[in-house]
Amino acid sequence: MNSSELKIYTHNLELFYGDAQALKNININIDEKKVTALIGPSGCGKSTFLKTLNRMNDLIPNVKITGDVYFDGLNVYKEYDIVELRKKVGMVFQKPNPFPMSVYDNVAYGPRIHGIKSKSKLDEIVEKSLVNSALWDEVKDRLKKNALGLSGGQQQRLCIARVLAVEPEVVLMDEPTSALDPISTLKIEDLMDQLKEKYTIVIVTHNMQQAGRISDKTAFFLHGEIVEYDFTEKIFSNPTDKRTEDYITGRFG
Amino acid sequence: MVARHFFDRGLEELHLELIKMGSMVEESIENSILALKKQDISLAKKVFKNDDIIDELERKIERICLNLIATQQPLAKDLRTISTALKIITDMERIADHSADISEITIRMANEKYIKPLIDLPKMAELAKNMVNKSIDAYIKQDVDLAQAVCDSDDDVDSLFSKITLELINLMKNNPETVEQAIDLMLIAKYLERMADHATNIGEWVVFNVTGEHEHLAKHIFMQGLDDAPEASDHD
Repeated sequence: MNSSELKIYTHNLELFYGDAQALKNININIDEKKVTALIGPSGCGKSTFLKTLNRMNDLIPNVKITGDVYFDGLNVYKEYDIVELRKKVGMVFQKPNPFPMSVYDNVAYGPRIHGIKSKSKLDEIVEKSLVNSALWDEVKDRLKKNALGLSGGQQQRLCIARVLAVEPEVVLMDEPTSALDPISTLKIEDLMDQLKEKYTIVIVTHNMQQAGRISDKTAFFLHGEIVEYDFTEKIFSNPTDKRTEDYITGRFG
Repeated sequence: MVARHFFDRGLEELHLELIKMGSMVEESIENSILALKKQDISLAKKVFKNDDIIDELERKIERICLNLIATQQPLAKDLRTISTALKIITDMERIADHSADISEITIRMANEKYIKPLIDLPKMAELAKNMVNKSIDAYIKQDVDLAQAVCDSDDDVDSLFSKITLELINLMKNNPETVEQAIDLMLIAKYLERMADHATNIGEWVVFNVTGEHEHLAKHIFMQGLDDAPEASDHD
């Protein structure tokens, strides 16, 4: 693999919650401008792994991390300022979590923190982010209304707009559609397909069909390890490891 | 083994229907060749009836497969098992069609004295029937070796076909009055040869089901004595 296409890679990454080991010897290359899906049963370490990529685990007490995560060739834990890192590596969570403020202010929140004050510049960022998150047409007439009045699917796309507003390079998504209805889910999935032209996307999902629909590569996690990592088509049509086969066909769980 | 109750029950139903369809197809082959041998019009007509039932079974199995895909979203091996079923019922249905084709000729020739004793045609039919039987068995048991054995048998059918062809050519050369019936017998031989090809296709799908690789497994033999060109591949 050409290293210039690698956005993120890890080297012998291990993570412990106290004495409990949550990640074991993770070595994975994540391609730039592709969608990488992480699948596996609950407690297998996929969300924990996702959070190591923008250091969301830093705040959890008793966490010990060994090994390395590299983002654009630099060590995430040693060579990045955390604010700078999180600007470049944004995250969307399972439950939509808009701030209790207007639609506009939600999207402008990040850029303001990063020092943008010009009204016209902020207007431009807000519109562009909402267009890119496929929400603009639905909210352009109510930008000043409270974001909590939006539907669940709209709220989630607003959260994606909020991430896009700070112009990240990577978007991490932790089960972004598990709380949404099928139509909203499809909108988010379509969105991911468009976003990967500009962004590298890593998504945790429990929905096999979703992983199959949207991702280029899929990693199967089990007991803190990556059992199999390959092109999504391969994983879902003819996986190499029997444990992957058993999981995706529902033979254990 | 959790959470697969519905899917496994669906698979079981699918397998039962496939076995049923398989044994009806075998019966069709057997009856068509028996009717030919005995010049038995009513048995030949029974093959037509059987063909309708086989068509219905094909529809039913299609429906089971589509329902399983729609409601269970099968993946990996499960997905291959369902798509394999969808593919092999087409081959099975074609085999039954060929039995009906043979019966049609049987009825047409029912009042004629045969220009030659029928020895190799029944042999071909017996081989084709066994291939169908084994290929369905291989699917149910997911047995790659058995599936490969089916594909290997295709050679025997092909050599019988060459043999019959040569024999009929000689008959026609020596006595032009035999041409009409010889052509009919030639067609029957071709239908039987096609049946074996369809059984071979089923064998290849079974191997795909198990391994995920779809390859052509039948060896192509030369038409001995006719010319040296390899026989055109009949496997789609």
